[in-house]
Amino acid sequence: MEALKQELKESIIEQLNLEDFTPQDIEDNDALFGDGLGLDSIDALELIVMMDKDYGIKLTDPDQGREIFTSITVLADYIAQHRTK
Amino acid sequence: MSRCYIQGAASISAQNNFAEDDFMTEVVAHTSNMAKAIPANYKAFISPAASRRMATGVKMGVAAAKMALQEANVTLPDAIVTGTGMGCIEDSEKFLKNMIDNDEEYLTPTSFIQSTHNTVGAQIALGLECKAYNVTYVHDAISFESSLIDAQLLLEEGEASTVLVGGVDELGTLFIEQVALMEKRNSGGITVPFGEGAHFFTMSSEKSDTTWAELQDVITFSVASPGQVVERLHAFLAKNEQNIGEIDAFVVGINGDEYDGYYQKLKAEFVVDTPCISYKHLSGEFYTASAFGFWGALRCLKKQKIPLAMLEDGIERSQYRTILLYNQYKGRQHSFILITTC
Amino acid sequence: MPNTELNNKDWGGIAITGMGVISAIGHTTAENLEALMASNQGIAQVSNVATRHHQQIRVGEIANTNEELANELLLPKDNNYSRTALIGTVAAKEALAQAGVTEIQEYKTGFISATSVGGMDMTERYFASYENTPEVRKYISSHHAADGTQKIAEQLGITEFVTTISTACSSAANAIMLGARLIRSGRLDRVVVGGVDCLSKFTINGFKTLMILSDEDCTPFDAHRKGLNLGEAAAYLVLESQTLVAKENKEVLAYLTGYANANDAFHQTASSANGEGAYLAMKKALQVARIDSNDIDYINAHGTATPNNDLSEGIALERIFGTRVPDFSSTKAFTGHTLAAAGAIEAVYSVLALQHQVVFPNLHFKTPMPEVNLKPAMTLQKKNIQHVLSNSFGFGGNCSTLIFSKE
Repeated sequence: MEALKQELKESIIEQLNLEDFTPQDIEDNDALFGDGLGLDSIDALELIVMMDKDYGIKLTDPDQGREIFTSITVLADYIAQHRTK
Repeated sequence: MSRCYIQGAASISAQNNFAEDDFMTEVVAHTSNMAKAIPANYKAFISPAASRRMATGVKMGVAAAKMALQEANVTLPDAIVTGTGMGCIEDSEKFLKNMIDNDEEYLTPTSFIQSTHNTVGAQIALGLECKAYNVTYVHDAISFESSLIDAQLLLEEGEASTVLVGGVDELGTLFIEQVALMEKRNSGGITVPFGEGAHFFTMSSEKSDTTWAELQDVITFSVASPGQVVERLHAFLAKNEQNIGEIDAFVVGINGDEYDGYYQKLKAEFVVDTPCISYKHLSGEFYTASAFGFWGALRCLKKQKIPLAMLEDGIERSQYRTILLYNQYKGRQHSFILITTC
Repeated sequence: MPNTELNNKDWGGIAITGMGVISAIGHTTAENLEALMASNQGIAQVSNVATRHHQQIRVGEIANTNEELANELLLPKDNNYSRTALIGTVAAKEALAQAGVTEIQEYKTGFISATSVGGMDMTERYFASYENTPEVRKYISSHHAADGTQKIAEQLGITEFVTTISTACSSAANAIMLGARLIRSGRLDRVVVGGVDCLSKFTINGFKTLMILSDEDCTPFDAHRKGLNLGEAAAYLVLESQTLVAKENKEVLAYLTGYANANDAFHQTASSANGEGAYLAMKKALQVARIDSNDIDYINAHGTATPNNDLSEGIALERIFGTRVPDFSSTKAFTGHTLAAAGAIEAVYSVLALQHQVVFPNLHFKTPMPEVNLKPAMTLQKKNIQHVLSNSFGFGGNCSTLIFSKE
């Protein structure tokens, strides 16, 4: 699980072009959207594609993303349970 | 008729145009056929959250826009009008390439969203929270001039008392490579480098202590022979009650291709010792390069001097009051701009 | 000093003397009208664009192939027209013909077009082959937005003021607005205005990444709306000054009496919750038209059927019209969302509504959105219509509103 969380942090930084961030800057339980990391709805769509491409998880409703992307921990748990890759 | 003053101006281009006191004293020489813009300090103008999605053109545009507003002491303009010939080509290429390489799978939205032509204008408005009139012109070499005409119209209508107007284009990589190859294959092709840049201006109906000059008039016409352009020149001057002998400098968009003949034909109309300014060897050629020429002409009026690097025939004058600019691209998209000191 | 009507107290609007449109529901204005009257929508599975998503989307596609269009226009075999330029030329020619213009150079005539796709339909096809296939390099110069406009202008014989606007889905409305302002200021006597966008893999895939495409026929303003159907179209109108109309004794189809452009300044793609940009645009357009919200008889809404737009627009409508929102409908369930052409095709439909005194139906509507108390017109309605308001909202917060009037 720790490896997955690290992988996700690196992936998010790269995918979303968070130039000034390192994986150490992202806490496992920090809010990713809104006040935490400050991601927005476009980032959510980007992460949905990442879920499909890297983990084989297809989300068809963009609103589903809101719950799954709450924090690194929540995201990692969801991926661990549903990944097909 | 309301007046049209330029209160602020900013240039981000292949030349180092940032220092107030310096005006082309040290020219950046181009070592390849691509003249990339010298970046400004983007962090000073754009938040990291916004900047991370921005391609070159959007960064340049937003920064130049803010610089032009700052200089004019304007927080919120009454309108934002932007011109771009190729639009956001970097992101267009990115999305296109991904789409082709991945056969339409696993595509992400950011580059698509950022590829729309009006992204620069939109990002400027977003950053300023400006809900005013906002339009983007995308017509080849008169994208910037179309924006100027709209700005002039807005001031005339009384719809705005300050208008932010500008021109932006970015090089990209894949497309411009093909264009460059095409020009090379053609014996009468463009010989100056291809460039990129963002030039923004704050226009106002009121004079202020930051006023650079006055925009007297601007027109565009789509198709014309060299002879017809000469007729248009005289008509334009007559309409503005301007004697050709009173033009203190004539700005041309010479780029080395076979259509430079248009400039030569027009030059012949001017009084023999009229200084001639050229700039595309400095800025590179791109659809909104004429905005660099406009910025340069304004600078000449402000400094009352034409830099050596821009002097076409080595002729200078002691005083510059009126400058006429002319540009065209491949025999089309002709424009005249008339500016004066005030 | 140009002859200006800018502060003319008798602002009667700009005369519309010709229209042309090609869309999924017809090759001409007459065919489009017939379909609108009969509730014959043009949404189907895509056939002219090769995309792996063809079974997951529905589109409003023009029936003709590029070859058919090129033949109709008598173009030489080696032309480098993109589909944008092809359909644009068809519609623009129809408009000019209806306006009875024979000597284009007789008056100061301009052409203002709008597009977001430009020549991308050809670029995406041949991009990978430019390097090694000389025959397709002719499409390099037809990629950028201006090329299509230039080709149409040259087909029409317009050589003076020509330009292109690109503000996403509000593009053509802005082109129409600029045309009106140029006539009003005396810079032009006459101007052909409108917009065009064709279907392309680029836009299909782009909108897919935003997850706002529906896999069914779209349902604007419905509580269960799932997203938009993309469409392609070209539509142009001929605007003329009142002076020219009087001089030439022209038949006027309707008048453009109001126009406005405002920016939502909220987000790059999403509209604000309270529809601020839309509200400001509608408010200003009414001011320009010198009429009250009560005077609007029909609204041709932007109504893309995305969850975000329809709610945002709905709220803005309530802010402007209060409890008395007039009859309204989105015609995008007929044609699909034609992007940069939307403002123009819907302008044509607004004029048709005035000419025939009908409100076109908002197809497929069943259940109102829970957040607002709004029910669009579900069937064709005959009524007395004096003023029509048309909305077009685009990415980048661009909000434009046009008002058309009978006299």
